[in-house]
This record gives sequence, structure tokens and C-alpha cells, in this order.
Amino acid sequence: MADTFDKTRSSDNEVVAFRVNGQDFCCDIMSVREIRGWSETTILPHCEAFVKGVINLRGSVVPVIDLSARLGLGTTEPGPRNVIIIVVVEDQTVGLLADVVSDIISILDDGLQPVPEMAAASSGAFISGVLMLKDTMVRKLNLSSVLPQTRSVAA
Amino acid sequence: MNQTSSEDFRETFFQECDELLETLNDGFSALGTDFDDIETLHAIFRAVHSIKGGASAFGLDNLVAFAHRFETGLDAVRSGEVSVTDDLLVLFQRCGDHLSDQVAAARGDGAIEAAQSDALCETLTEMTGATGPEAVEEVTDFQPATLDFSLFGDIGSEDEVETGHLEATCFTFQASADLFKTGNEPATLLKALERYGPVSVSAILDEVPLLSGLHPEVPHMTWIVTIDAAVDEADVREVFEFVDDCATLTFIDRQVDPGDSGRPAASGEDEPENADEPETQKGPTSAEDPSEDAEVASSGKIAAPPAAHSRNRTPSTIRVDLDRVDKLINLVGELVIKEAMLSQSITELGLPSQSDVASSLASLKQLASEIQEGVMAIRAQPIKPVFQRMARTVRDASLATGKRVNLVTHGEYTEVDKTVLERLVDPLTHMIRNAVDHGLEDAEGRKSAGKAEEGTVTLSAAHRSGRVVIEISDDGAGINRPNVRKIAEDKGLISPNAEMTPSEIDSLLFLPGFSSKEEVSELSGRGVGLDVARNEILSLGGRLTIQSNPGFGTTFSISLPLTLAVLEGMVIDVAGETMVVPITAVHETQQPKASSVHAIGTNAQVLATRDGLLPIIDLGNVFGLRSAPDPLDNHILLIVETEARRRCALLVDAIRDQRQVVIKSLETNYQHIDGIAAATILGDGRIALIIDPESIVARVGPSVVPAPEPAAASV
Amino acid sequence: MTLNILAIDDSRTMRNLLKAALSNAGFDCTLAEDGADGLRQFEESDPDVVITDINMPHLDGFGFIEGARALTRDRIVPILVLTTESAPEMKARARSAGATGWIVKPFDEEKLVWAIQRVAGTGEAAQ
Repeated sequence: MADTFDKTRSSDNEVVAFRVNGQDFCCDIMSVREIRGWSETTILPHCEAFVKGVINLRGSVVPVIDLSARLGLGTTEPGPRNVIIIVVVEDQTVGLLADVVSDIISILDDGLQPVPEMAAASSGAFISGVLMLKDTMVRKLNLSSVLPQTRSVAA
Repeated sequence: MNQTSSEDFRETFFQECDELLETLNDGFSALGTDFDDIETLHAIFRAVHSIKGGASAFGLDNLVAFAHRFETGLDAVRSGEVSVTDDLLVLFQRCGDHLSDQVAAARGDGAIEAAQSDALCETLTEMTGATGPEAVEEVTDFQPATLDFSLFGDIGSEDEVETGHLEATCFTFQASADLFKTGNEPATLLKALERYGPVSVSAILDEVPLLSGLHPEVPHMTWIVTIDAAVDEADVREVFEFVDDCATLTFIDRQVDPGDSGRPAASGEDEPENADEPETQKGPTSAEDPSEDAEVASSGKIAAPPAAHSRNRTPSTIRVDLDRVDKLINLVGELVIKEAMLSQSITELGLPSQSDVASSLASLKQLASEIQEGVMAIRAQPIKPVFQRMARTVRDASLATGKRVNLVTHGEYTEVDKTVLERLVDPLTHMIRNAVDHGLEDAEGRKSAGKAEEGTVTLSAAHRSGRVVIEISDDGAGINRPNVRKIAEDKGLISPNAEMTPSEIDSLLFLPGFSSKEEVSELSGRGVGLDVARNEILSLGGRLTIQSNPGFGTTFSISLPLTLAVLEGMVIDVAGETMVVPITAVHETQQPKASSVHAIGTNAQVLATRDGLLPIIDLGNVFGLRSAPDPLDNHILLIVETEARRRCALLVDAIRDQRQVVIKSLETNYQHIDGIAAATILGDGRIALIIDPESIVARVGPSVVPAPEPAAASV
Repeated sequence: MTLNILAIDDSRTMRNLLKAALSNAGFDCTLAEDGADGLRQFEESDPDVVITDINMPHLDGFGFIEGARALTRDRIVPILVLTTESAPEMKARARSAGATGWIVKPFDEEKLVWAIQRVAGTGEAAQ
């Protein structure tokens, strides 16, 4: 029972869509744990510019990544309107700072198109595919590439 | 046995094996100081015996076989046939190590080379005269006594003898006084026969004397027992297994084996059933005289003085899944944080300090911290098992290098957090090998240095000012500093003309890729240097320092936090951020006075103290929170002392509080940050970083210290 | 009536196995860790049958049996010796100390129950 249920869910392939600095992105809903409002972070010294610091997520220390800065779209000055999308990637819990969560979309596997070559050069490394919805293009994030890369290697 | 729980039992068995192996190693150490310690020998023997017993319950044949040989060897010593010598003790220890490997292999952890078992067994036989593998005889069940037909042959039903009534089994049963003395009961035995079929019993009272001649403890009756079924004689005898020496069974009309049904039923006149039971040779007359037995037993009884080793008395314990403990620790951590949050909210309410709320809060705080302490204590374990593994490492290293080494341990009951303990094994193993391989000279080197041929490696543990300090010392030649320096220069790790203090040269050993032995040593290998051990210790929140005295040896000191869960911290403000400094590092705090602060160069400052000039480090600047050090007015200086007894003054904006904080790892979801030990959650729910004064001093210190900067100091 | 069995062994593994097998077979079970502990439990729990190991610290199995026999002169509690030693002299010593019978390790539940049946007359055969 549980098996078939899970299969249905994963073949549904739902994504959470959100906006970062005017552009639309999405990620697999299975990676998303929760969506929170912005809260002040504790600044980490000597960290990458796109790491906004850490927040307390029910007793865990969770880093917050400024997606805009990470994707090369300029740093965000976060305020109460911003959201933090908590995702789990490779056992790591990370918060992604975004402007707003716009939708939850069901997509079919063939609905996802490869990244246009031109775009692949810049922020394309972070994107695993694109999704055309009417007149908007939603970029699917490759979550593991968004994480700080130097994890567990002592500085 | 219940199938579902057999895995649990197996696991328990292996856990017990660990304990027994520990007992074994303890025993060998004790035996090393006193060869004639018979109590210790017994304890060693019992440990091996228990491993064998448990192993046989789980069908671990290899383990049983080796344990048996080992046990036999030990028994030869225990019984006084062979006396303990240095060589024999070494052999026993190697057998203990091998037994440990066997246990690990049985657990599915590693494989055993049969050749090694055989070699050890052979040496055991040579040295103790312990017999070979045939001693592992299949545990034979009890052998019944031969029937005495001449006595009872004429008793019984003639009908049955003649017809060979296949559906009944008939025999007589006569008990001697001993049967009763040992707690056996004819009625019970006869009742037990009912498993084979309906039993009817009649008594022959011919032998019962008149009352005047009756001895109450001597049985006089003979029972005639008929089981209304075809029962194999062996099955009947099994029932009487325990009383074979004090009861006589005579089969009147014995049923033949099912596979031999063509044969007529044996009559009472037949020869004893040797054909069926060739091993049944012992006649009733050969049953030992009970009085003789009693003497043997009393003189041969192993004296076991109770309470001779009161510490060996195992305290009553329960076994708990570690996950449960950790969950509890996390919950208590949350409790402490919530308590702090509540405390803060109440403070903000501005209630009078004498209010009930305040006093309830104070006792809640007290309670929470006691619970926390109690829970932490669950995770604390003596370091002894780790030390014992190191004893093994020393033996292996000694064997591999051909150097004779004596390991001395101190403080093995020092308690350390279980996780710390587990993660200590690798670095310690490395350092122990290093001490034997590189630290100690070879026999000739020692002789020419006027030292005993046998080198000594000392391993000690102690609690020191809220931390655990573990030291590994050897009495070898010490670090060959010119050589170390040359290697570092050759490898381009330092510039050839760098001025370096002796301790800075010693620290070169911790540089990644440094190996002071030019050739690849079989033991230490290549590529795995002390830097790996050092990193492991750093990741535990520990420090590793080195002290060397040329000609006299080298000491590695590891300093570790008692627990990875909480620490006593000083909550400080730095450039608008709240941070925590471990209280153990803070030597004293002071307001800087203009008269005692001096500038050095353009932006370095030092603090003049009784002990000399201390570099002033602005934490805000170190962490990139402000570009230039603030003016010192209205700031506070924390004088911190590092493990290497280096001091410096940390400049902070304010001290807010001093409290116990729950340590949260930054590395779980992020990564290590230089200068930061971990994070914690404060009363307001926000995260504060716990700074690591040691690494700040190490990282920043040299640029402030008015001494030439050696390349190595930033290791 | 449920029989109360006192099982004495210094090995935790063995105690676990005994406890499981005995409970499984429907006996009540009291455990002791060595002969001395066994004697205490013997007095306290007043067992119907005792199963004891031989090789134990503080007081070995022989010592336990002698002690138990000295404690109860009015009735004789069946004592089964649990042993890996199958050597006849081991049995003879146990016997002269007053052991009722023996169980050779490794044992299984059936073997255990059967031994108890033969000294205490209970279990399935008693139905």
C-alpha cells in the first residue's frame, strides 16, 4: 500500500516554485521540509558571500543561502517579506533565501526541457532543466550545486 | 530459544566478550607484576572459559576451538603443571589478542588466518604441554551403567518375555541411598517416563526388612516399571541419566530398535546390551565409592575467597540503546534553552526579584542543570577499553619493529564521553605506533645511550580543569630537530633561513605530508601522518601538543573537552554579535587601562602584565566584523591561555552573562569555520557562535607577537 | 503450580539464554551471577530447581552446591549442574558435592526442560 502510494507521489513530480530577484525557480517538493518567514541570522565569519549566516531551526543550526547571490543575481537585503525555504540535500539541512514562494506545480517528466546552451554558461551550472508555463520560464534548481562546496573540508 | 531474540542474545554475547577480553587483558597486566597470582589466573581462565561457553551456544566453532586450546594452556598453568614466565605471558597475551580477533571475526568483522591460530596453538602446546585439538571432544552425553542381569534377571512377567510383547517396555529400577541424597526422586523419574507412554509401576517389597532393621535412609524397594509402548532402551536410560551411579536398571523385556525389529526381544538371560551400546562398559561396581568422592571433592575444591576483589563485583547495570540516551540529551538541551528563554522573558517583565516566579525559576534552572548533568554522566565511560586496545597496538608494533616495549598506563578509569572515546581510537593508535616506531630507539641505540633495552611507552589520562588530558610519552631519543628541520626544508615546507624555536620545529611533525622516516615504514606507512591524528583531535574540540626532550623522550598531549554536549561559557558582545567564550580558556578579565596598553607597529597593540607583554587581539577584527580595532575605551579584555601556555588578550565589547550552553555542531549542516568551535542557542532563540581561543591565538598570534614569524607556527 | 528455577552463571550471555529458555518453557526464573550470589538468591527465592554453572568467581558451583545442601537439610532441592566439561571426574565431583544432575552446554530449550522434568516431575509429561 505505502509503496504504491509513494510511487504515485514521485511520478507526479511536484515542484515548489519560487521567485528570486525577479526570476522564477523551482525545486523538487520532496526536498522541501518547510517554508518560513525571514528571521535574523547569526553572521558567520569568513564565510562565502552568499551564506547569510545561520538560524535556529528547532534546535539545529541551519545555514541560510542567499539564492540571488549564489546564482549571481546580486545580493538580497532580506526583510520581513522574504521567505526561507528549508530543504534537505544529501543529509544537509539548508535554508534558501527567496523573494516569495509562488506555487506548487505538478510536472510530467517530459515537461522538463534541457537548459539552453547559452544560459548554461553563467548560472546554468545550478540549473538542471527548465519548465515552460504559458509565458513564464521556471528554472529547476540543482540543489546540491547550490550548497557551499567546501563542506567538511577543514578550512 | 526464541528465534526473534536470538540476534539480541548474540549481540549481548559479543558485548560480554568485549568485557571478558578486557578482564583478560587486566589479568595479564596483573600477572605481569606477580606470576603467582592464582586468583588472577582463575579470573583469566574463567574469562576464556566463558567466551568458549557462549561461543558454543551460538555454534561459533572456530572460536570455541581456539578458546578451548587457550583454556587448556591456561589450565596447565592454573593447575601448577607449568609456571608463568615472561615468554609464556607474552604468548598468553598474543593468544588473548588472537582470541579478540577471533571474536571480531565471529562478529563478522575481519577474517582469521587459520595458520595464525595453528601457530599459536602449537606454541601453546610446546610451552604448556597442553594437548592438541582432540581435547575439543564432542561433549558426550552421559554414559549409562551396565545392567546387572544376574541380580534381577528372573524378575518380570514371563508372558512378556515369551511373547516379546512389542507394545510394552518393562524394567526394574532399584535405587541406592545416594539417589535421595542428591535430590533425585524416584516418583519424579518415573513420572518423567510418561512422555513415552502410560506407565504402571509395582513394587517388590521382598527386600524390605522388618521395622527393627529398617534404616530410614536406605531404600529397600525395587520397582517394576511397565511403559505401555515400545520405547528404546536408550530413551529410558536417558531419563535415569542423572542417577546412573545410584540406581540399577534391569530391562526385562527390552524392545529392539525400530530398525532392528526382526530380532527377537532380548531376554533377561542375554548378555548385557553391548551390541547396541558398546560404550557402556562401566559396571555398577565401578561407580565410585561415595565416601571417596566426598574426600576428593573437599580436598580438590577450588578455594574461592569471597570479596577478595571487591572492585570486581560488577555493579548492577542496564543496557540502553545509545540513540535513546542521545535523544534524551538533545531533549535536555532543548529544556535548558527553553528555560533560558523563559528566564529572559520573565526578566523582561520586570518582576521583583523576590517574587515567587523568580524563585520557582531559580529552582527550575537548578533542576534543569542537574538533569543535564545526570544525562551527560550516562554517556561518560572509562577510557580503559581504549587503553587496552593500545596495549594491543603496542604489542603489534613491538612485534613489527622488533623493539621490546613496555606499556605503562595511568588513569584508565578516567571517564570520557563515549563519542570522544570512540573517535580517540584512531589518533591514539597512530600516536602509539609512532612512539614505538619513531620515538623509541632500537636495542643497540638504547644500549649505547645507557638505557634499558626495553623501551617504555606511557599512556595516561586525567581530568584537568574541566578537560581530559591524555598523554603519550616514550623514553626514546626525543625529536631529532636538525633532521626534522632539514626534511621540512627539503620538502619546501619552511624556508631554509627561517628562525625557529625548538617547539616550533617539533610542531613541524604535524604538517600535512611530513614523515620523519625517509623510508616507508611498514608500521606507520606513508601518507598517513600525525597531521591526520591532529585533525581528528581538533574536530573533537581537542588540542594536540608535543614536547620533546632530546635524549629523554617525547610526549604528545591531547586535551579534550569532557563532553561534546555542553560547556560553561562566557557570553560576550563583539561588534553587535553575541558570542560565547569557553570559560575554561579565560584566565582573567580586565578593563584596559591606557597606561598598560602599548602600540607596536602600525596597528598591533600589546598589554603589559606582570607576566610580560601579551598581544591584544580584537575579536571583531579577527572575525571580519569591523575593519580596524576599536579604541579600547569601554571595552573589556579577556586574558586567555592556550594549551601551550601561550597567553593573549581578546578584546570584546561587553560581557553579558556566564552560563552553561548547549553545544550545537556547525558542521552538521555547514562546515568548520576557523576560530569557531561550535554554535549554541541562546535564551532569545538565536544562535551564538562559540569561539575557539586556541585557534584564534594560533592563527592571529604570530602576526602580533613581536617575534619573527616562522612558517610552522600557522600549522 | 509454576516452578521457580534459580539459574546461576557468571556469564551474562548464558544467563540471558537460560532466562529466555526457562521463561519460554513457562518457568519462573531467578538469576544469580556467581555462587555467593546464588546462595543469597537460594535463600531468598526458595527455588524448586537450581541450575548452576561450575566455573564462577567468588564461589564456584561445587561450593554453591555444598552451601545449598548445608542450608536445607530438611528437604533436598534438585540442583542441575551446567557445564561444558563432560569429563566424568567433573560430574563425579558435582555429584559428590550433592548435584542432582547435569546439563551439558550448549543446551537447547528442550534439553533444559527435559532435565528439569526428570528432577522436578513437571512440564508436558505431567499432564
